[in-house]
This record gives sequence, C-alpha cells and structure tokens, in this order.
Amino acid sequence: MTERMELNRNLAQMLKGGVIMDVTNVEEAKIAEEAGAVAVMALERVPSDIRKDGGVARMSDPKMIKEIKAAVSIPVMAKVRIGHIVEAQILQELGVDYIDESEVLTPADEMYHIDKHLFPVPFVCGARNLGEALRRIGEGASMMRTKGEAGTGNVVEAVRHMRTIMSQIRQLVNMPSEELMTFAKENGAPYELVVKVAKNGKLPVVNFSAGGIATPADAALMMQLGSEGVFVGSGIFRSANPAKRARAIVMATTYYNDPKVLAEVSADLGEAMPGLEIASIAEDQTFAKRGW
Amino acid sequence: MEKIGVLALQGSFAEHLQILGRIPGIEATAVKTIDELNAVDRLILPGGESTAIGKLLVKTGMFPVLRQRIGEGLPVWGTCAGLILLAHEIVGETPYLDVMNITVRRNAYGSQLDSFCCEQIIPAFGSDPLPLVFIRAPWIEKAGQEVEVLAGHDGRIIAAKQGRLLVTSFHPELTDDKKVYNYFLRL
Repeated sequence: MTERMELNRNLAQMLKGGVIMDVTNVEEAKIAEEAGAVAVMALERVPSDIRKDGGVARMSDPKMIKEIKAAVSIPVMAKVRIGHIVEAQILQELGVDYIDESEVLTPADEMYHIDKHLFPVPFVCGARNLGEALRRIGEGASMMRTKGEAGTGNVVEAVRHMRTIMSQIRQLVNMPSEELMTFAKENGAPYELVVKVAKNGKLPVVNFSAGGIATPADAALMMQLGSEGVFVGSGIFRSANPAKRARAIVMATTYYNDPKVLAEVSADLGEAMPGLEIASIAEDQTFAKRGW
Repeated sequence: MEKIGVLALQGSFAEHLQILGRIPGIEATAVKTIDELNAVDRLILPGGESTAIGKLLVKTGMFPVLRQRIGEGLPVWGTCAGLILLAHEIVGETPYLDVMNITVRRNAYGSQLDSFCCEQIIPAFGSDPLPLVFIRAPWIEKAGQEVEVLAGHDGRIIAAKQGRLLVTSFHPELTDDKKVYNYFLRL
C-alpha cells in the first residue's frame, strides 16, 4: 500500500464516531459545523430533492464547493458520478478532502468505476454487501459506507446493507482457508482482500452508514449494528428544526449505547423529514442498484 | 494499577486504547461520562475533529470537570485535535480548555492532499527515529515561557510539554511505536 493511501485511510479514522452532514450552501455548512459534524458533504440538492426532481444529477458547481470550503474548518467532501473521471479530477483540483463516488448522482459509466488509485485525494464509496465493498476498496476507496436508499428517510436499506456486510465478515472469519477463493469468486471480491478480512475480522478501511438515516435513533441503530459513524443526507435540512436535529444526531452517534441519553436527545425535535416506503419506489428509480 | 483514560466522544480513541492495551502494568479505559472522567489517573485526548469533540465536551457537562481536574494536576496528552482542545489560543477561533500556553493554527498544512508522514528523531521520546503521521494537522505557532518545546518540523513546533500536559500535532496512535506513550506514562 502506498503512503498516500495509508494517509487517506487515516483521515477516515479521524472521522470515526462522527456525523457527516449533507449541506447545500454556506449557511447550512455553518449550522452543521456548529452542531458538531465531523465533515460536510457539499452538494447542490439533497438526495430527497434529486429523487423528486428527476433528470440527471451531476457534480455540484465548483463555486459553491469553494464557498463552503472557505466557510468551515472541518473536512469538506463532494460527490462525483460513478465512473466520471473528469468530475473527480475537478474536485481534486479544488482541494476537497474526500470525494464520494456516489450512486445518488446519475452514473456516468454503466460498466466501470473510477480507478481511485490514480488520485492522491481520498474516495469514499457505497456498498450493499461485502463483495461490493471489497471491489471498491480494490479500486482504491479509502473509506466505505452503506448505500442504504438515499433521500427516503427510511433506514431499512441501510440496515439491510450493514447487516449483510457484518454477517459476511463473520462468515469469512469462520471459514477454513480453502473456502476463501470460492467466496471471492462468488462475491466478485478480490481474493487478497477476502483473505485480509478473514484474518482481521473487519474491513481494511473505516465503514460508515448512509442512506435513509433521519432520526437520532436511526443513527444509534446503525452504530449498534457495527457502523463506525454516519452520513445524514436529507434527514437534517429537510426536517422542521435542522440545528436541533443535527445536534441530537451527533449526541446519539456518540452515546449510541446509552438509552437514557438517546431518550433525552430524541425529545421535541419537531417533524422529521417526510419518509418514503421503499416498495413505493419504481425498481429503476432506486439509487442503491447503481454501481457495478 | 494506574488507570489511563482515553476521551471517547469521537475520533481515534479505539486506536489509542488498542496500543495502551498492549502496555503491561496499566489499565486502559474509554471515557464518555463525568464519572468515568473522575475515575482516571491520566487522560489522552485523541485525534478527531476538535470542533465536534469540543462541542460534545460542553454538551455533556464534562468540560468544567476536565478543566478542574487539569488544574489539580491530571496528566493529559492531546494528539492533534487534543492539542487544539488544550491550547490557550487558536488562530481565528475561540479556545476550548485554555490550559496550555500555546497558540495553535488548525489545518495549518492545508487540506487532506497536504497530509503527510515522515520519520524523525525526537530526543525527548527516544534515540531511534519516530514515525510521524500528520493528518490535516495543526502546528504550534507560539509557545509561552513555561512551555518546553520537544520537537519541531520545518521550523514549526509539533510537540511540547507544560507541567503534566503533553501535546503532539502528529498521531502516534496510527503507528506501532510506543515511545510517546512511554514518555506520557512517566510524565
């Protein structure tokens, strides 16, 4: 592993136990930082609006990303379309701290993800299962997150993805070595990484949860399931009281195992974002299926 | 047995606890509450985001307790974000604990693309080269008279001590090297 890759994995380690919040302007970025976010994801529209508006969702305007970078002292992340090498080159040029090669934007390539080894800037990617996570890590991602189903305010898919990844890791730990190659083959995962996970009992990079987290209880649930931190997209700034909810989700992510704190911070937050039943989304409109 | 706490609100606390767990003769424990804070003999403030950890310290009521315990002589080691939390002055920002007479610049080296690692001999910690990992690191711009500068890099202060307070702008918890731990445990 290169020194740069190690440093990029290290930054994700510094974000652990924290909340990364989607923000669409300077004002929201400041609210997020003030609430105790460990990083912000700068984007033009939160996932629930992307879902509503339809059409092609692309990388955000560099002007807006630069403004947010100038406004906060915490790391700034931004999204590129899956496979869009040039959007990634542009974000790297802007000096963002992390690039999210994200299924929330409309994919630019239906076969290939970005070769993230070619970029000194770190990447985070989404996954639904261990095979997908290890493919992204194989391509050079230095942080992972569940895909969940972004913009729904429904945590069920994030739970499914986190449970699947954790359960497959436990499976690997208990496998005799001769079974690892077949696991690699059946799950489309690089063999060397499968061996590593079997040996260490964890992913080689930090793994957060994302996609549908809307309440402090959702964040704590993901942490109890083994997540190392959470991304909250539409859940904060599409709720009735963003600042208060943001602070509550930060507390819940730290005290995920303390029901007394969770009860306190969950009280009187006002309306959560409007939720969406997954079954009501047309098959070709789900974000989580994007990615190869 | 001496009880070494690691503030576990956010950041690289698991890494610190893992290394402490390999050092014989001490007990390592995560600190998330006032009671846990009151029970430790030494405390490490880990790397992470200083804004997030600072706000959580206030929100949980741990902030005044920690300040008081430091006043009473609790040995504390701050790595990166922890260094920022201890500082008397943060360029352009309001300080947090304000217990160590240093002026700190956050993200001094730049964005993640400017994060770096190197090796350097720091005599206070030992005669062998020490691996230094800097992640969006701060540096110390100015140190008061009561502060002993332990190391510099490219003309900037990266490690210092004042009484029983130790700060490093780099992350020994991201390496296998226990030298700085051994130094802190004797402080």
